[in-house]
Amino acid sequence: MAVRVQREDFDVTAETAALTAGDADIGAIVTFTGRVRADGGSVATMTVEHYPGMTEAELSRIEAEAQARWPLQASLIVHRVGELKAGDNIVLVVTASAHRQAAFEAAGFLMDYLKTRAPFWKKETDAAGKTAWVEARDHDESVGRRWS
Amino acid sequence: MSEDRTRRVKLLYFAWVREKVGSGSEEIELPPELDTVSDLIGWLRARGPQFEQAFARPQAIRAALDKVHVKPAARIAGAREIAFFPPVTGG
Repeated sequence: MAVRVQREDFDVTAETAALTAGDADIGAIVTFTGRVRADGGSVATMTVEHYPGMTEAELSRIEAEAQARWPLQASLIVHRVGELKAGDNIVLVVTASAHRQAAFEAAGFLMDYLKTRAPFWKKETDAAGKTAWVEARDHDESVGRRWS
Repeated sequence: MSEDRTRRVKLLYFAWVREKVGSGSEEIELPPELDTVSDLIGWLRARGPQFEQAFARPQAIRAALDKVHVKPAARIAGAREIAFFPPVTGG
């Protein structure tokens, strides 16, 4: 059970191996990797800002909620901050459980809740250097509500 | 003024709220009549044109008291750190 906010990239295979090592009761592992989408060339770089302290606290609350809802053996959330390029990794969620349903559902829940509650903000820069803050999508908020 | 009447808080601003305000954080003494997050937003708007612009649409602003999300009607009494930011866009 862990959450991390970091500037550097992550290695999905290494993170998964470290999280699940030594637990032979884990029968299912789901990993989700979110990447910076170029959106057909309109996004060259993306700067991710966050609220240090609250981000970790909020991610831990979200993870605890997933633990309470599903029988997870292990879980991990890693979110990158700082300057990223199109195609870079931005977020990693790993869930591990005895059977696949809990791992699948918990991974979806963690991403939905992270998107509506974790204090991150993205600013995009296009190839011409024009910047714009990404606007929250109503869709994400309604998806977040489907778990309540 | 007694010790507990003193309302010195840390205000934090993030993303475009920070850019419009022109600063990421400040320590400030709040007048005792401010009760809720909404009251505080109204008071901040009167502090200058950059605040008026940053808080022009209160419905576009989210707030946290001591690192926990709150609604505009939340009471600010006892909070030491109050943050204002746009709806979050992580993931």
